[in-house]
Amino acid sequence: MSAAQGPPLSSGMSGGQGLRLTLRGIGHAYRGLQVLQDIDLTVAPGEVLALVGPSGCGKSTLLGIMGGLIAPAAGVVEAHGAVADDCLNPITYVFQDFALLPWRSVRDNVALPLEPHLPRAARRARVDEVLALTGLDAFAEAWPRELSGGMRQRVGIARALAVRPACLLMDEPLSALDAQTRTLLLEEFAGLIARAGTTTVYVTHTLSEAVRIGHEVAVMSRRPGRVRALLRIDRPIEGRRATDPDLLAMEARIWAMIRDDAATAERERVDAAD
Amino acid sequence: MRRIDGAIAFRGGGFAPRARAWAAAGTLIGLVALWQALEMAQLVPTLFLPAPLAIGRTLWALTVSGELWKHLSASLLRLAVGWTVGTVFGIAVGLAVGLWSALRSPVMAVVAALFPIPKIALVPLFIIWFGIGEGSKIATIGFGVFFPTVIATAGGVDGVPRGLIRMGQGFGLPTWKIVRSIVLPGALPAILTGFRVTSSIAIVLLVAAEMIGAERGIGAFILAAGNLYDMDALLAGIVVLSVLGLAVAWAIGVAERVLLRWR
Ligand SMILES: Nc1ncnc2c1ncn2[C@@H]1O[C@H](COP(=O)(O)OP(=O)(O)O)[C@@H](O)[C@H]1O
Ligand SMILES: [Mg+2]
Repeated sequence: MSAAQGPPLSSGMSGGQGLRLTLRGIGHAYRGLQVLQDIDLTVAPGEVLALVGPSGCGKSTLLGIMGGLIAPAAGVVEAHGAVADDCLNPITYVFQDFALLPWRSVRDNVALPLEPHLPRAARRARVDEVLALTGLDAFAEAWPRELSGGMRQRVGIARALAVRPACLLMDEPLSALDAQTRTLLLEEFAGLIARAGTTTVYVTHTLSEAVRIGHEVAVMSRRPGRVRALLRIDRPIEGRRATDPDLLAMEARIWAMIRDDAATAERERVDAAD
Repeated sequence: MRRIDGAIAFRGGGFAPRARAWAAAGTLIGLVALWQALEMAQLVPTLFLPAPLAIGRTLWALTVSGELWKHLSASLLRLAVGWTVGTVFGIAVGLAVGLWSALRSPVMAVVAALFPIPKIALVPLFIIWFGIGEGSKIATIGFGVFFPTVIATAGGVDGVPRGLIRMGQGFGLPTWKIVRSIVLPGALPAILTGFRVTSSIAIVLLVAAEMIGAERGIGAFILAAGNLYDMDALLAGIVVLSVLGLAVAWAIGVAERVLLRWR
């Protein structure tokens, strides 16, 4: 896949445009189970925030709150910034389980979010563009069930890019895939995100993914989740290599921080669906 | 201690029945042939049960005289209108029940209370409400089809993965679009399974309704033949119903294959 080359995606959205996301005092509980507490976070326009933390610490809940799919019990999320005219859904998700409609072809899955907004011809042009970008041209007419997990998630990101989002919320987009596919797709996604210039929140519990893709890594504590550390990574994302000793050192530092939490969270998992 | 020597025996077979169209057709044809053979061997008296060939001859006579079509066309019209009305309302109400909590419990309570009532018992009531003509017959079929359709549709909507609906919401799709493009197609397999049930119910109710105050229709024809103890004609009518049922089941199978080819 040649996803990392080519012109920038969409109308001048690259280069630090996108939304600034500000979370203030976010807290959330499910039927008395405190999941999130006092979360204050800012994601700068066009940057990638990697969000790591043990299972059940509330990462998905936080992402749901950021995109307006979950109403927080406390606090507010604000978005500020200019959005391109051709942006159809400023804050857009990429899902862990892909969330493709099994009864639609690849092409029609990608077209779904465009359907209320664009006439057929404009839709087709946009779909073709993102399919080419994600290396899916040859699979446009395939059913989702005919694709491997990696190809399905490519459809997921193509569909997200098709609406020209200003902000991407990605919830463990690679965790349903095997290790090799994960490495390949991470490279592709890093390139696509950088070129689209979107503000991105990338949830993962794989630390190597976090240090590979984030401008900043937010480390969450176990439930009730709080941000216990915020680490900046100065290397430009597109040039990063998995073997970079600085990144490996960063990974080790984060692991040292969350090791005990992760162990405790693992033992608590009885009540914690992922 | 036990030794194991030799090839591993296959033990993974079975539990995967497959549909075989030729076996279905062959069985039906075989049964009719057997029946005819028993009659010809005079093991079954024709008065007791007419032979297939005799029924066939009667059917042929009814066809060329136009008598069959007179009854069948009336029946098909009632069936089509009644089933469509019941299905359209059933899907609409089933969707509403599946989507809105305000409607869910009240409607499901009403459905649970009315579904078990044999609609045949209500025919006199429907005659008062909708008249002795087509209205009461269509209403009988429509009501009979409506309740199972509501239940099948609501179940189908409940079965649509939550994650897909959240996906639609995450892309900011309007409610109508989520219903049209995610909920309805997601519920379609369950709705089509419901069609198999409701089409049979519709045929049963059609015949019952036509046995009360109808001059035309397969049900009326069967009733008249029965009153005259004209067994050839009676069974000819029954064969027509059976073929009708087979044709409808086949049509639903085709619809399933076309609409659900993504599976
Ligand atoms: N809809 C829900 N109802 C009740 N509890 C929930 C719900 N969603 C998540 N939880 C619980 O909240 C906690 C955090 O969940 P989640 O945000 O999915 O964590 P993560 O994504 O970090 O693994 C878990 O203990 C989970 O069981
Ligand atoms: Mg999660």
